[in-house]
Amino acid sequence: MKDYYEIWVYLSASPLFGLTLTLVCYLIALKIYRKGGGNPLLTPVATSIVMIILVLTLMDIPYYSYFSGAQFIHFLLGPATVALAIPLFFQLKKLKTVWLPMSVALICGITVAGFSAYFIAQALGASHETILSLIPKSVTAPVAMGISEQIGGLPTLTAVFVVITGVLGAIMGVWLFKIFKITDDDIKGVAMGVTAHGLGTATSLQINQQMGAFAGLAMALSASVSAFILPFVLSLVSP
Amino acid sequence: MPFLNVITILLVYQLVGELTVREFDWPVPGPVIGMLLLLVTLLIKRPIAEQLVKPTEMLLSHFSLLFIPAGVGLMIHLTRLRDEWLAITVALLVSTVLGLLVTAWTMMLMTKLMNRSSK
Repeated sequence: MKDYYEIWVYLSASPLFGLTLTLVCYLIALKIYRKGGGNPLLTPVATSIVMIILVLTLMDIPYYSYFSGAQFIHFLLGPATVALAIPLFFQLKKLKTVWLPMSVALICGITVAGFSAYFIAQALGASHETILSLIPKSVTAPVAMGISEQIGGLPTLTAVFVVITGVLGAIMGVWLFKIFKITDDDIKGVAMGVTAHGLGTATSLQINQQMGAFAGLAMALSASVSAFILPFVLSLVSP
Repeated sequence: MPFLNVITILLVYQLVGELTVREFDWPVPGPVIGMLLLLVTLLIKRPIAEQLVKPTEMLLSHFSLLFIPAGVGLMIHLTRLRDEWLAITVALLVSTVLGLLVTAWTMMLMTKLMNRSSK
């Protein structure tokens, strides 16, 4: 019995544990998601995060030793962001017809999504770090975390807000478009991509290809534009 | 293109992006500059894009996996979330609704304006 305990102490401190735990939980979460028929409430990221936190809490492993292994996955966010150039390149053709309405909508959407959160949280008495961390929450995670760091927020807190926003946007988007009779697939896709990044894009793809393509395009454009707009607007509202 | 070459290309672009951001002191994450530089490269040398699709498919289709480690960081923010839950919940809910509607309505309005002026 004592031997097992020693092995466990060794393993829980080695990077292998965090890395394996992340992949195993993600695969289980994917399975649950597919069984649930793609219900946005069961989005694999959210389920995996809850599972991993439960395991770590039950086994009394601190976040930092988990992250020593999980950082190998975290690191891939950088190259994956660079790789977004590839789908963006293939969708550039579609942009020719809608680029003007889309860019205006993109800039308005990014600013409103980020700064309405900023002002609401400020009015309700949230702390300075929380308010700053909320600003990039509609942008895809790697970029959002980068922006958060640049403007003085907490990147890990921003990552949490990004995931919650993605789930909320994916659920509420479908519902809001029905209530407000927004029927155009291009427009619905852009709104989803701007507000709910990758999770909005995944939901749009399930509805139809056209909406999915525009959501993906809007997400990638928003990722490159937000990094310029959000810090700039922040410098205007809080000098 | 072999995966090793592809990952090297991506890392080189990321590195150049990071160096550019540091050099000019831009408030933009390095990988975003890397992405824009790669996009420019693809526009100049179109055939490369086709070769990059397959090898990057795995990375891009499991994009959401990559933000799990950061999301688990929720653990260290539990006290903050408990103390500020009301402000955070209202801010996230309302801003998501506003973001969706403002984006959709702006695009509808702009499309209408453009159609009218082209007639």
